[in-house]
Amino acid sequence: MNNSTGSTSTVQAAGVNIKDLRKSYGSNEVLKGISLTVEPGQVVCLIGPSGSGKSTLLRCVNLLEQPNGGTINVGEFEATDPDVDLNRMRRNVGMVFQHFNLFPHLSVLDNCTISQMKVLKRSKSEAAGVARHNLERVGLGHLADRFPDQLSGGQQQRVAIARALSMDPQLMLFDEPTSALDPETVGDVLAVMRKLAQEGMTMLVVTHEMGFAREVADRVVFMDAGVVVEEGPAENVISAPTQPRTKEFLRRVLDPTHIDVVED
Amino acid sequence: MAMTARQRAKVSLYVQAGIFVVAVVAVILAVDWKTIGTSVFNFSKIGPMFPDIFLVGLKNTLIYTALAFVVGLSGGLLLALMKLSSFPLYRWLATGYIEFFRGVPALLVFIAFGYGVPLAFGVQWDVNIVVMVSLGMVASAYIAETLRAGLQAVPKGQMEAARSLGMPQWRAMISIVIPQAFKIVLPPLTNEIILLTKDSSLIYVLGLTASQYELTKFGRDGISSLGAGLTPLLVAGAFYLVITIPLSLLARKFESRSARTKR
Repeated sequence: MNNSTGSTSTVQAAGVNIKDLRKSYGSNEVLKGISLTVEPGQVVCLIGPSGSGKSTLLRCVNLLEQPNGGTINVGEFEATDPDVDLNRMRRNVGMVFQHFNLFPHLSVLDNCTISQMKVLKRSKSEAAGVARHNLERVGLGHLADRFPDQLSGGQQQRVAIARALSMDPQLMLFDEPTSALDPETVGDVLAVMRKLAQEGMTMLVVTHEMGFAREVADRVVFMDAGVVVEEGPAENVISAPTQPRTKEFLRRVLDPTHIDVVED
Repeated sequence: MAMTARQRAKVSLYVQAGIFVVAVVAVILAVDWKTIGTSVFNFSKIGPMFPDIFLVGLKNTLIYTALAFVVGLSGGLLLALMKLSSFPLYRWLATGYIEFFRGVPALLVFIAFGYGVPLAFGVQWDVNIVVMVSLGMVASAYIAETLRAGLQAVPKGQMEAARSLGMPQWRAMISIVIPQAFKIVLPPLTNEIILLTKDSSLIYVLGLTASQYELTKFGRDGISSLGAGLTPLLVAGAFYLVITIPLSLLARKFESRSARTKR
């Protein structure tokens, strides 16, 4: 369970408000009018089969993908306003990628300080202080001087989380953060995310980790073929889905060895 | 008696080595050593080339190459970024420039900037400027393509991660993408510098004063003044290796060092 009141963070949490979001690649419409709200301090997990548009939706929130229609509000920013100061908005939105995307030419510490120094204009020592604090938060303070390629996948992903946290974001986006990890390192990353959720961070998480979603998420959103099929409290959507497509998906994910006659 | 595969491979290697030795011996026997000794390998008369081959020839070759490389690298980077721009006009301009200067002989570019441009605008250029502009412009066309490939080899996720941290496009380029691209292009870039070092010999068409001679011109001058046949040119040629071999070694050292810190 997370709580949005007992936050240890000094940064104000921001919410997300998405209305009728549409996105096409050529003639292929991948988001067909998505509406979704994340209250400040809430954790929302996006689940669904691959190709359902959940990663695209996440990437639209900080405009790594340009939507074709609809509106997105992130805290005080309207992301879809053509005049929005994108760089200023993105400072407030931490993003964690499936493949970490750490900067391989920089040490772990420099990965966490470069944007603080270049974007927030913090001094080198201040940035290093913030970076070390956040590396401690993800349990990797002792690896600050290593380079990314000297770390395991799970360690790299935790550094990526620390890097995002070092910008003091009001919202964190996670794009399948554990999908590229060895099974044995998944737990460490999920533990860090669970802790963040408990500290009151607003989180929008694309994940296949149903256990994590059930335990940590305030709400779960099931997407398929570019639309929201079902959403609600984690317990309801995962343990007692009402829509046939949700049931089918969860059955496959939770019981992958189950063999069934395919009818369609 | 049948041979095993390993024995056959061994015999084949011996045969190849034998053919090589025979070929070398044949060439050595065919050479007219007496004539060659007086007109190409006549080292007894080249004393006067020293120490000026260092102080003038080698020095000027290094200066001309360095000047051209600075222009070539900055111009090449600009062209590479233009080629990757989302603005079509920039892409067309860069493509036109690159195709033109890659396709035209460097010698003609030297003549154009050494004689044509000064005549057209009524200016008198210092030889350093002519080398910088003409060789630099040719070099930037080649370097642009190398850098473009390097920039594109940096995974897209790097730019996305940098932008997600609030960096503007130019800042992400300078701090994240370009440093990684440079590690990728270091070997081909070394190649460009070596080509540039040798292309600097083309400035002989400009009519230099003695203090402006680079290695090749210095060697050609020795042919007419020393009476040792082609020997001075041979000596000058060897000095190019003095530049290019350490350059290769340096690049290799850089490469192995960055391989350690790169995924």
